[in-house]
Amino acid sequence: MALKQVVVIDYGMGNLRSVAKAAEHVADSQTRILVTQNPQDVADADAIIFPGQGAAKACMQALQNTGMIDPIKQAAKTKPFLGICMGLQVLMSHSEENNGIDCLDVIPGNVIRFDETANPDLKIPHMGWNQIQQTQSHPLWHKIEDQSRFYFVHSYYIQPKLKTEITGLTHYATDFASAVAQDQLFAIQAHPEKSADAGLQLFKNFLNWNGA
Amino acid sequence: MGLAKRIIPCLDVKDGRVVKGVQFLDIRDAGDPVEVAKRYDLQGADEITFLDITASSDDRETMVHVVEAVASQVFIPLTVGGGIRTVEDVRRMLNAGADKVSINTAAINNPEFVQQASDLFGSQCIVVAIDAKKVSAEGEPNRWEIFTHGGRNPTGIDAIEWSKKMQDFGAGELLVTSMDRDGTKIGFDNDLTCHIADAVNIPVIASGGVGKLQDLVDGIQQGHAQAVLAASIFHFGEHTIQEAKQAMQDQGIEVRL
Repeated sequence: MALKQVVVIDYGMGNLRSVAKAAEHVADSQTRILVTQNPQDVADADAIIFPGQGAAKACMQALQNTGMIDPIKQAAKTKPFLGICMGLQVLMSHSEENNGIDCLDVIPGNVIRFDETANPDLKIPHMGWNQIQQTQSHPLWHKIEDQSRFYFVHSYYIQPKLKTEITGLTHYATDFASAVAQDQLFAIQAHPEKSADAGLQLFKNFLNWNGA
Repeated sequence: MGLAKRIIPCLDVKDGRVVKGVQFLDIRDAGDPVEVAKRYDLQGADEITFLDITASSDDRETMVHVVEAVASQVFIPLTVGGGIRTVEDVRRMLNAGADKVSINTAAINNPEFVQQASDLFGSQCIVVAIDAKKVSAEGEPNRWEIFTHGGRNPTGIDAIEWSKKMQDFGAGELLVTSMDRDGTKIGFDNDLTCHIADAVNIPVIASGGVGKLQDLVDGIQQGHAQAVLAASIFHFGEHTIQEAKQAMQDQGIEVRL
């Protein structure tokens, strides 16, 4: 059997070591995890993990500079694809961060900030362990209990245009979409690489997923 | 249901080893940071903080290896404090697998460093450590001041004003330690914690003085903290993190069990 090549996209935004280590931790001997800055590796990969940290504008700029935009858009429509945190947010059409920035437009919808004027006591970032209500069954939820807690750190959240693409909801001042799916793409606002057993199970499910 | 309050065990690390004695019933080597971190992860710790107390900066490289080793095997958030003075220090720790760094003295010497680090790496990974002591006399309105060098040196900086300033400079979280309570085991200075927590809109971690489980509950309920940090109560096997979480949940605090 041929090796399965899973690529973690490195576009210079944040440390990807934890993501790669978590995936390696649950990968079988037939799966190779490769952290790469090379767009060709993305094109050649069997599956893609797309993490990200920092601000939306800097992320989009870094994707542009590394020549990753087209390969990512292509892969997001054709291969098992896992977006994480900022890797989820830049898949949307537009983010209001940094006075507004157009994003990859893979998932129709916007990214907005938690409303601190309506909730003066709200701590931002939303930081810590919160529950994800699984609003749809999905192969990536396999063996993860509904309402499991995942580790979150973010100040903005996504509003997908199509409610049917929402697979998980989390409550923080409001109910926001914390996981979405579109064909062979799954993306999550939380950090599965920092979410102990639930997070490792999600990586395991992703590595076992053929996208169907 | 929603966001859980966090419990964070704090480990002092010197020359690559956990010091101040961590005891577990069933592991042989309680000085190995990886083993200790794994054990706390298993008990349900929400994050782990490592404080590098290595004296010389030549030995900082050892801490980088500790973080790398732990981050390869423990999949919960890790914070590293102690000797973080430059952007390069922050970068090295984050690249090694730390999720956050805690900045203390360097923030006082050069507040712009906090801003610089936050701009470069994002505020989510910048914790500012606030070591404060009460300086108001009996009968006066409460006032706390920032101290350095383990509480020996006053700075003249008001702790509440400093907290707000650090938020404005891009801190993503504040680790508030009462130097009056640190090591006393009589509980957090909840007045201090709550004055700071109510003055900022970033998360606050209460620290300094935990001696019993109720102190952790009080830190959340009276101190308004989002997380509580403790060392000895967990290290010496007095209580597990699970017990602490159970005590918190029994009193209506939402935790990850």
